[in-house]
Amino acid sequence: MSEVDFDVLERNVQRNKISEEEIAMQVRDFRLFYGEKEALKGINLDIPKNKVTAFIGPSGCGKSTLLRCFNRMNDLVDSVSIKGEMTLYGEDIYRKGLDVVDLRRRVGMVFQKPNPFPKSIYENVAYGLRIQGMNNRRKLDEIVERSLKRAALWDEVKDRLDDNAFGLSGGQQQRLVIARAVAVEPEVLLLDEPCSALDPISTLKIEELIHELREDFTIVIVTHNMQQAARVSDYTAFMYLGDLIEFDDTDTLFTKPSNKQTEDYITGRFG
Amino acid sequence: MAMDKKHLSEHISSQFNDEIESIRERVLAMGGLVEEQLANAVTALVDSKGELGQEVAKADYRVNAAEVSIDEECNLILARRQPAATDLRLIVAIIKTITDLERIGDEAKKIAKMAVKLSEQDRPATGYREVAHLGEAVSRSLNGALDAFARMDAKAAVEVVQRDMEIDREYEAVMRQCITFMMEDPRTIKRVMDLVWAVRSMERVGDHAANLAEYVIYLVEGKDVRHIKAEELSDKLFD
Repeated sequence: MSEVDFDVLERNVQRNKISEEEIAMQVRDFRLFYGEKEALKGINLDIPKNKVTAFIGPSGCGKSTLLRCFNRMNDLVDSVSIKGEMTLYGEDIYRKGLDVVDLRRRVGMVFQKPNPFPKSIYENVAYGLRIQGMNNRRKLDEIVERSLKRAALWDEVKDRLDDNAFGLSGGQQQRLVIARAVAVEPEVLLLDEPCSALDPISTLKIEELIHELREDFTIVIVTHNMQQAARVSDYTAFMYLGDLIEFDDTDTLFTKPSNKQTEDYITGRFG
Repeated sequence: MAMDKKHLSEHISSQFNDEIESIRERVLAMGGLVEEQLANAVTALVDSKGELGQEVAKADYRVNAAEVSIDEECNLILARRQPAATDLRLIVAIIKTITDLERIGDEAKKIAKMAVKLSEQDRPATGYREVAHLGEAVSRSLNGALDAFARMDAKAAVEVVQRDMEIDREYEAVMRQCITFMMEDPRTIKRVMDLVWAVRSMERVGDHAANLAEYVIYLVEGKDVRHIKAEELSDKLFD
């Protein structure tokens, strides 16, 4: 019989608490209209810094729409109008005169389908930096390597950085796109169903990557896959018909949701 | 397909690996605590150490707290990871394991309370040798079951299950002796009855330890061996 290790024994589960988090982005009574139709009906939400926040909900619930608001991707849609407030570290991102290009550098985005540029692996990652005017080859090399390492892709591509990015598999392409996104050091990374075009193993690799990236970035992910939200996120928001129904730490939301609609959705009873 | 320990840390998700490692560690820590509780309870009984008995009874809350907390961790793993195959069996086995460990903790507390009661009475200087022996046997069983869990060793677990038959025989021998005492001298009945309760608890600990071993077999081999005769176990498992 050995000494009892009370530290191990009494190591209780630590649940995330939103009240103890530093908040990266804040959403206050945020409404979005497609023409007359109200697609987001007064959303209030805090996105905690250096955590993974997942949006789940059935198709058409507004989760992708909300995600796109975080870097003003909806500006590109003609009929859209918005009300309410959205801030990034206290700064109103919808105020007049805000540099949207700079906002999108600070709030990066990765889409459902991997969308590498028809360029080499290296140039894909260096792209954002070149746009910013960086031409110092040594500096570029350094950042490309670091970004590919962060995206857990370096070992697979380090010997063929000049190959065309389209030669990579879907899962590798998605990690390449993530490397491209993190190369410009965004503060927030938005992921719009980043795994829905990938096989289960590539999916797990991206999920593992998301878990590691949250050390450096605030991550918001939209996913159709509830189990994925359960696996990767610290906080989960359940949306339905343009409303935010429930927002809680993921442990609580997936073991004891407080709203019946959430319960029904995550247990496969409707949606 | 039987599983070894290494298999548990081979997930793509390092977080999942950490969670599995953490929960195994905590089950073993809880097991260690229960072993200590049992050993102290038996010592308190055999050596008539009332104070030690009181300490054991007081510390039982730690065992209970561990059960609740490990149970919560298992729930979260089920909800968040949707474990499959070995991982699923591990979590299911752990949920059952901690229930039996908590019961062993309860039995240790009962033994300890009887030890306190008996320490306050006159008692014969000898006559506890068989009880001590039974206590050692069940402690060995518990240790063997926990060890089999730690090493994910199904063969060792089978041995623990089979050893429980010996414990039952020893228990019956002690009981016969107790009955003899009471028949010979009815004035001892009250005292011997208290001892009988404690001995009964020890036998129960043996049963729980055998349960733990069965969960290890389920975990490693994926076979449910409850309610199979202990003699037939080896043949059924490792044909």
